[in-house]
Amino acid sequence: MESEKELVFITVIGKDRKGVVATVSSYLYQKAVNIVDINQRIMTDGYFVMSMMVDVADMPIPMEEMGRDLEAIGQDLAMQIQVQHENLFKMMHRI
Amino acid sequence: MAFDLEEIYETASMILRQNLDIRTTTLGVNLKDCIDSDFAAFRRKVYDKICAHASGLINESALLEQKYGVPIVNKRIAVTPVSLIMETHCRPERFLEMAQTLDTAAADAGIDYIGGFGAMVQKGMTCSDRTLIEALPAVLSRTGRVCAFLNVGANVSGLNLDAVNLLGGMLKQTAERSKNAVGCAKFVVFVNAPEDNPFMAGAFHGVGEADTTLNIGVSGPGVVKSVVEKNRENDLTRLSEIIKRTVFKITRAGELIGRELAAALNINFGIVDISLASTTARGDSVAGVIEAFGIEKIGAHGSTLALALLMDAVKKGGAMASGCVGGLSGTFIPVSEDAGMIEAVIKGALGLDKLEALTSVCSVGLDMFAVPGDTPEETINGIIADELAIGVINNKTTGVRIIPAPGKQAGELLEFGGLLGAAPVMRVSPFSAGEFLKRGGRLPAPVTSIRN
Repeated sequence: MESEKELVFITVIGKDRKGVVATVSSYLYQKAVNIVDINQRIMTDGYFVMSMMVDVADMPIPMEEMGRDLEAIGQDLAMQIQVQHENLFKMMHRI
Repeated sequence: MAFDLEEIYETASMILRQNLDIRTTTLGVNLKDCIDSDFAAFRRKVYDKICAHASGLINESALLEQKYGVPIVNKRIAVTPVSLIMETHCRPERFLEMAQTLDTAAADAGIDYIGGFGAMVQKGMTCSDRTLIEALPAVLSRTGRVCAFLNVGANVSGLNLDAVNLLGGMLKQTAERSKNAVGCAKFVVFVNAPEDNPFMAGAFHGVGEADTTLNIGVSGPGVVKSVVEKNRENDLTRLSEIIKRTVFKITRAGELIGRELAAALNINFGIVDISLASTTARGDSVAGVIEAFGIEKIGAHGSTLALALLMDAVKKGGAMASGCVGGLSGTFIPVSEDAGMIEAVIKGALGLDKLEALTSVCSVGLDMFAVPGDTPEETINGIIADELAIGVINNKTTGVRIIPAPGKQAGELLEFGGLLGAAPVMRVSPFSAGEFLKRGGRLPAPVTSIRN
């Protein structure tokens, strides 16, 4: 049911390279996180941006642990990874 | 996806590259219920109440930082104006002891600054108010985390010149007694002080507030600067619209996190203060925004118009974004905490006269600037009185945080380090208003106050 979902955005920013989606999604699979949507593009300023909307309702670990893990994965990939709850985008981008 | 990739990238960039943050979450705590005729018991109750509230604030803030990926830079406490709770313990040494209690509680709880060591004296001073002012040099030089304020005027009360006349001497003593005169950076004198301001040094928990209230200060001069740089060709109306939209987004982030934090702490959510507040971090400068408008250095003729545009757009965007805007809400232009302001003073683009003019269109006043250590007391009082007159007559908050730099002359640099930055010592007028200020008394409330 829609109301039981807890949606979080994972944003990966950096220079385009192989294996970004594979690395992040295999981590998410291990943590029982369902990927709801993926979008990626080279932005006008030249940065590669990949954003995943994921459902963390069944995730067995707290959000802060996922944040720390993904930060470490970002360092390995030489990319910046941000984890942000959906509410922030709703507040900032929708009236 | 419910959001465009551009929207997600914009939010991520604001945080990762443009220094968007929640500048402060300030928990206001009423201390009136701690008053006790036994002074030791009184201090113990104050200590316990502050520590109990502070731990929740710090823990819950950390969780929300993770949830939203937005840094919450400062977690602070503001208390009931201390002169009020000390009325029955009106001795200078007890004021120092109470300040030390607040200092210890803040340190033990992991809070960097605790505000509210101050008094409301816009119409007159009680014995407690006067004793508090006498104790300030000792308090500001012997505690590390206690911030002090005075409200010496209001649109409906006029300006208490007798209180202002006590400050030049007090500040010079404070400067001489504290390392790098840093004690003066922890004291601000206001008119029309808001009771829910979350920013230090002037935060206090007003008497009209509930037992506890959470106030939020958002900030993001870097975000505004970035959007201005992308829109170099726009005229002023369009520029204002773009800033409004950006500040709307920034404020919404503050509103969301503030409300969730207050709910987690099970207390009232107070206000969002939508001030743009600089830090010395690269790119996080209000002067930088003004310069991105096309002004060579802040202080050049045209800067007041630019700041007026920025200030108004910030207020409009913020007011639309939050149901409860409050505090100081505008644009701060502290000298020592803003790399662009420091540079403008050093290069001779910005002097004290122009700084005063800028404050007439922006909050909050003459902030974090240094004057020569041998500046006469009455000249310091005159600088303060001029700035505060702007606030009383124009029905706005103004404040002064002035640092007389011991042993330093105009053109030298006073280094504080950390958040407080470095203040280039500014030239003051060699002429005196001493005979005028010596008259004392109170500037009557202006005619604009008679509205009933």
